[in-house]
Order: sequence, then structure tokens, then C-alpha cells
Amino acid sequence: MAESLNAKITALFDEPGCDTNVAKGEKARKKGCSKPLQPGAAAGGCAFDGAKIALQPITDVVHLVHGPLACEGNGWDNRHAATSGPELYRIGATTDITETDIIMGNGEKRLYRAIREVIERYTPPAIFVYSTCVPALIGDDINAVCHHATEKFGTPCIPINAPGFVGSKNLGNKLAGETLLDHVIGTMEPERSTPTDINILGEYNLSGELWQVKPLLEQLGIRLNACITGDARYHEVATAHRARVNMMVCSTALINVARKMEERWGIPYFEGSFYGIGDTSDALRNLARMLVARGAEADLIDRTEGLIKAEEQRAWSRLEPYRERLAGKRVLLYTGGVKSWSIVSALQEMGMVIVSTSVRKSTDNDKQKIKDLMGGDAHMVSSIPPREMYAQLRRGDADILLSGGRTQFVALKARTPWLDINQERHHAFAGYDGMVTLVRELDASLSNPVWEDVRRLAPWEQEDGEAEFDDEGVPALVPIG
Amino acid sequence: MATVIQRRKAVSLNPLKSSAPLGAALAYLGIEKGIPLFHGAQGCTSFALVLSVRHFKEAIPLQTTAMDEVATCWGGASNLEEALLTLARRMKPGFIGVATTALVETRGEDSEGDLRLIMERNPELAETKVVLASTPDYAGALEDGWASATTAIINRLVEPWSPSIRSFQQINVLPGVHQTPVDIEALREIIESFGFYPVILPDVSYSLDGHIAESWVPTSLGGTSLSEIANMARAVHTIAIGEHMRTPADTLTAMTGVPATVFPTLTGLEPSDRLVSLLARLSLKPVPGRLRRHRAQLVDAMLDGHFHFGGKKVAIAADPDLLFSLSQFFAGMGASVVTAIASTGGNRNLQRIPVENVIVGDLMDLEDGAAQAGADLLVTHSHGRQAAARLGVPLMRVGFPIFDRLGVSHEETVGYRGTRSLIFRVANQFLSESHEHRPEDFGSAIPAPVITTEEGRHASGTFATH
Ligand code: SF4
Repeated sequence: MAESLNAKITALFDEPGCDTNVAKGEKARKKGCSKPLQPGAAAGGCAFDGAKIALQPITDVVHLVHGPLACEGNGWDNRHAATSGPELYRIGATTDITETDIIMGNGEKRLYRAIREVIERYTPPAIFVYSTCVPALIGDDINAVCHHATEKFGTPCIPINAPGFVGSKNLGNKLAGETLLDHVIGTMEPERSTPTDINILGEYNLSGELWQVKPLLEQLGIRLNACITGDARYHEVATAHRARVNMMVCSTALINVARKMEERWGIPYFEGSFYGIGDTSDALRNLARMLVARGAEADLIDRTEGLIKAEEQRAWSRLEPYRERLAGKRVLLYTGGVKSWSIVSALQEMGMVIVSTSVRKSTDNDKQKIKDLMGGDAHMVSSIPPREMYAQLRRGDADILLSGGRTQFVALKARTPWLDINQERHHAFAGYDGMVTLVRELDASLSNPVWEDVRRLAPWEQEDGEAEFDDEGVPALVPIG
Repeated sequence: MATVIQRRKAVSLNPLKSSAPLGAALAYLGIEKGIPLFHGAQGCTSFALVLSVRHFKEAIPLQTTAMDEVATCWGGASNLEEALLTLARRMKPGFIGVATTALVETRGEDSEGDLRLIMERNPELAETKVVLASTPDYAGALEDGWASATTAIINRLVEPWSPSIRSFQQINVLPGVHQTPVDIEALREIIESFGFYPVILPDVSYSLDGHIAESWVPTSLGGTSLSEIANMARAVHTIAIGEHMRTPADTLTAMTGVPATVFPTLTGLEPSDRLVSLLARLSLKPVPGRLRRHRAQLVDAMLDGHFHFGGKKVAIAADPDLLFSLSQFFAGMGASVVTAIASTGGNRNLQRIPVENVIVGDLMDLEDGAAQAGADLLVTHSHGRQAAARLGVPLMRVGFPIFDRLGVSHEETVGYRGTRSLIFRVANQFLSESHEHRPEDFGSAIPAPVITTEEGRHASGTFATH
């Protein structure tokens, strides 16, 4: 692996903006957050996967993956990062290198030709070029190829050096952020900028969640300069350095970007969430306050309070009918990172009981937030093996499981309601409207009559099966003779 | 006789292929109490896992040797060892199927040799059968991985013929990767109806059919049992489906002496007839009434259905054997296959596809070809949805992955009954596209002669207004 990449990763693990890291000693910090993986018991995506998740939502560029088929072939067009226009980002482009390319050392040449073919076909504003394990192993220098191609074709070719084996998805998110800092942000100037321009970092517009938030900002006259990277256009990201405030919604993924943008361009940032009513209001408040501090009209603060009041009222009145139906229902929350605490507070607002929540990907900061919310850490679990989770659900320890697709079938096979709250979900849960959607979905799932039906044993498996059917008043067959 | 054209593009746009290790994993899932294990970095496993879960709508036990940077430098043998020990301890599988990935293959590791040493020095693994297939991602596609894994299983677990083995009313079946769980169920029924005991390898009919079990099973939920595999030499005959299963079939024949028939496809009237008459011949029994009835139903379906196929232009992209099977089917019903795209080029059946050219390519080739030919129907996996939307042409989902439709494990495609339901599926698709006739449909229905004038070429002379 190239020296520069090693240095980059070490630097990332030294991230001062990351709470977990600051708390660690010098030596532990150098080792970084990468826990050694256990062969035979590992789950989760690679760094390349993480980089792609973080950058793929940029909609008007082509994402070109340099490697054998597996990296892109098994994973393209698989998320619901929505677009309001260009569809180019959904194309799965890969060099699909073959044995001959590897043996003959043709990888770089093939990549260069691939870039040319993509430009000829689509003339995109930029191409994002991802390295993967095999090219990294055989020493393909994607930086050099991208550099050369950029000069030759005049289309920015952005090298993303996050081959899978260097680490986890989370590391990949960060390497993606570094790439944006090194090659994209600040490379273009906006046509206009206003004192209320902001960026949102770490929001990927899954199922269109950004559009649940954008109207709120628009009503306040806050202009979203760039969402990094949900529904983004290349030029928006390239001009993101002119925004006044950065809001970071996924607590650890792009922290390096937020911190370095502050360093380089003096853009202050805060960490917030658009999940849950209270959190959404807090985020809007913070935005208004920080924008005013940076020169926006002072009345923004009052207008924000006005909007919050109206929206909260509207949301609560829509939620009211569900409160009675959901109060006391027990939730097992199994997800990673930021979503845990933002969803915990959201569910508690409905009077639901969180049986336990996983904190396997959460930072200390996240954990503290959950502790505060749930009063003590009795309910925090790191990870639950599927068999154990199945047993819990089968026993009826929880009424519903909220998790990502991986554990979906643990719940369903235990005949327990399940709601998807991870990347592959189909519903948008952000902002005030999103909270109403989440609650509506929870209710729809919990109140579905199918649960009772599927839990019932077949008549011949019930001890009093015969009796039950006799009650129907169906005339018994009288044996003839 | 089709010409197979290998595209010379450097970029693959919208890949058609799923990788070989994934194909191997699917085969391993058809072994009882089995766990597939990818030998490589963890990311490949994660992608493959998510994709399979989305396709089957089932929990899939797929594990990884999780090679990190250090292992990538120094070699993956110790990761392989640790993974096997961990799996054996935690899940107590009867079978672990290892599929190598591009990473270890590029390093040129001798994984087979590593595995031998690992098995020798770890008595804890004595209870677990471990098989390894070499399936680098950069060579071949889903069907190649499936076939390699099946061959590896046969080599490692079948007991070669010896004089002590007594023949038994048993038929071995080596299904292709394109057979759905319900296809396998159907084959089992057909074979049983002649009084034979079918041993199907791999058998995904119970492990990937989607059913609810009474407890949590961390391994595959069914599949061929190890003792059945060991006893494959007892069979009177082996039936393999698809050209990609020829190597496993030949391997099995070489080891057991059991003769094998490789069916290029089992979709369609004639291939089904061949299967049924083979079974009748082997069993010396008359064809059961139920099968005769199914045949009569199929013939009727062909008569009812052919109206809707005639003159239709179909563009298909799939793994070679599925492509062959579907092309035969569509052509046999009167449609013309205007574009045929294969994921890889190494399958002899490709030349027998009833088209002029078969292109080894991607879904963008399908899209371009379909657009050019004005196709009425796209036939490929779920990723064809982008092309279908752009072209405004309906998409029939076949193969792997199908992640945006339910019930894919229950789409029957083999034998009389499977062919019948395939006909209805396609015909209904065409029927739902048909519309009431309107005057403008007729103006240009018969192309008017094109008159070329000196100034240039004008298409004129039609009565319809343009
Ligand atoms: S681990 Fe490496 S080879 Fe596997 S998907 Fe990730 S980048 Fe590709």
C-alpha cells in the first residue's frame, strides 16, 4: 500500500474532533479505532464500501470502480439515496479487471481507457475513481492515472484511495471525506453566496429524507449550499467552502471534513440530528443562532422559534392519535452510531419503552447521550448474536425490532414485527414529517393482524385442536355402518 | 450458429455478472448444515451477503476469513485457520465450503495446500467436512463459481466406486445455478414419480425456498446430506442441467462410473420430453398419468400462448446457460431474440443460441442493443430496471439477483409444468402491455416505399401525417 495512504490513515486515527480518540492515550490513539476483525465471525463492509456510501449520492458524476467484478458487481445501485435530477450516479461503472490485466500489469492502462470511455459517453462534470484491494495489492497508482487523465481530458478525475482491506466502512467514510477535502471542496467558486448559506455533512438523502428537511430551511430563508453528499451536484460540493455554517448529522462519519473546513475556511460546525421532533427543533435553533453570529439578519432567530412552534404543534397533533396505541410498547433497537440516540428520544416521545439499544458503533458521546435519555446504561448492549436475539424475540421480550436489513429475518422468523431504520429502508424518517411517518409505520406494523395469525399453531399441533374446530358447529361426519 | 463476440471496452457499465465466489456460496448453501466461507477481505462477503439476502429474503449464513492489511501482506493461511476453528466452535456446522476471492488468488496463495495442513493439525475440525473451490472474482461468473464448488464437493466427499457399492434405484441430479428452489422441487417430484430416489447436489429446494423453522438455525436450513453425497456412486444415472454442469458431471462419472446425461436446458416441450423418456427408459416404467396430463396442459398453453409471442422482439442478458435456455424458449414460441448478452464467454452453449451474435458484455450493451432493435421486452435480473425505465420497455426479471420482486424462489421454469407457467408469465406480460386500437396505429402499420430523391433521402409517400 502506498506510503501516502498509510500516513493518511494514521492521521485519521489521530482525529482530534473525534471524542473517542481524545479520550484515548497516545499509544491507543495511534492504533486507531480499527478493532482487529475476527475471521469467521466478522460482519460489515470494507473501507471501499464506506467510501462509496459517502460519495455515491453525488448525483451528476460517474462513480468508476477500479477492480475485479466483485467490488462493484455485487453492490451497485443498492441503496435508496434519492436524486432530484441526474441519474448518472446510479450507473455501475467498473474496470472489471481480468486475470490477464493482473498478470500483464495492464490495470492502470485499462483504468485510463475506462475513464476515457466514460467521458466520451457521458461527459460528466467529474469522475470519482475508487481503488479496491486487488489494484492496491498489485500497486496500481490510481492517483497518477487520475492526475494524468484530468490533464488530458480536462474532466476532474478524483482518486479515492480506500481499498477494502485497510479497514472498516467507517474508515472508508473518513477517507472519502479526505478525498473531498483534497480534491473537491474549494476547487470552484459559487455564482452567488448569501449570509445564510449552510452545508449539511453526512446526510445521504436516503429515501429522500433531505426533502423532508429542505422545506423547513427554505421557509426560514436558509440556503442549502451543499448537502454532503445527499442529492448533491459536483459543483455544489466544490463550492462548499463558501458556506457560513456546517451541520454534521452523522456523528463520526465526516467529522474530519467538518473540522478541516473550520481550520481552512473558518466555517464553524455543530453536530445535530433531524431524527425526532426535539432534535429537529434543536438543529434549526443551532443553525439560526450560528448563522446570526456569522452575519445573518438577527430576526432569523425569532422566525425560527416561530416555525418550530408551529411545526411542533402540527406534528404533535398528528401524532396524538397514535400515542395511546403505542404507549408502553417495547422496542428493541439494534442499529449503529448516531441513529440510536436520535431514535431513542423520538420513541420515548411516544411513550414507548426501549428494551435495549445497541451501541456497537456509537462513540462515547453517543453513549452518554443514550445514558442520559434512558437513565443509566442498563439497556445498552454491544452486539447480540442472532440466535440470542431470536430467543429474546421468540420469548416476547420486545414487541418490535428496529434494525437494519441484516437482522430483518431474525425478527421475522421469530414472528415479530420489524421496521427497517438503516440505509436500505424505503421510508423517509427525517424532520417533523419523518417522525410522523416513523410512528405511522410503527403503528401499521404493530397493529397488523398478521402477527396473531402467524403465531397461531396449526390445528393439528394444538393440544385442544379438535375441540376448537368442533365449536364451529360444523356437523361431525358420522361413520356409516 | 451464433458468433460469440467479446467486447473490447475497458469499462463495464451496469454489470450483468455476479461474481464466481457468490455462485460457490449458493452451491454451498445447498448442503445440509453448511456454511459458505469467503477467503479474502471482509468487504466482498458483506456485499455478497447483502445481495443474497435481498434476493432470497432469508438470513444467509455467509462468513469471511476477514483478511486485513497484515494478512494481505503476509498471506491468509492463519486467517483461514482461525475462521474454520471459530465457525466449528460457534456454529457446529457439518460442512464448510470455502470460496477463494480475487485477493488471495492475486497473491497466488496455495489455499488448497494451506487447508490440508490446517485439517491435519486441528483435531477439532475432524467432525466438519471442509471443501475449497478456487473462484477468483476476475474469472467467470455466478455459474462458474457454482460449478467449481460442486466439482470440489464431488472430489472431496463422494466415495469412489468400489466393488462393495450396490446399485440402488437412485438418480443423481446436478442442477445449474439458474434453477430455482421450486424447480428443484419439481424435478424431485418428476424423478420420484418413476420410483427413483433422487440425490440432488446442490439442493437448495429446502435451504433457500423461504420457509419458517421452529428454531434459529445458524447454518443452512436443509440441503443435500453428507451421507447422500458420499453415496452418489449408488445411482443408476446422473442428470446434469446446463453446460456449466458438464465438468461436475464428468468428474462424478469418472469417480463413480455412473453414466451422466447433460441436458442443455430443461425448459420447453422437447427437453422435458427427453427427460421424461430417459426416466421411463431407466425405470422400465410407463410415464405416470400426471406427467402425461402436464404435457397435455403444456401443449395447450403453447397453443394459447403463441399468439402473444409471434413477432415480438426480445432482448435477453443473463449467465450463459440461462441465456441459452431462455433464448431457446422464446425462439421456440415464435418470438425473435434480437439481443443476447452473456455475462461470460466460456460456455459452449452460447454458440447454439438462435441469434447471429452473442455479445459477452454488460447491461449497457443490453440497453443499447434493445434500443437499436426496438425490443418489446427486456429479460434480465433486477438491475435491468434502469434500462427498462429509460427505454420504456417492460422488464421480465430472471436469474440473480432479483431484489425488487417477491416469490422468486417459487418461479417454476423446468419441465412441462414450469414451461407452462413461464409461457403464461410472458404472455400475461405482453397482454398487459397491449392497448385498444386507435386510428393512428394503422397509418404507418405497413411501411410505405422509401423514395430517394436526388437532393437527399426523404422518407415520404406514406399517407399518415408525421
Ligand atoms: S474487501 Fe476489497 S475486494 Fe472485497 S469488496 Fe472491498 S474493496 Fe473489493
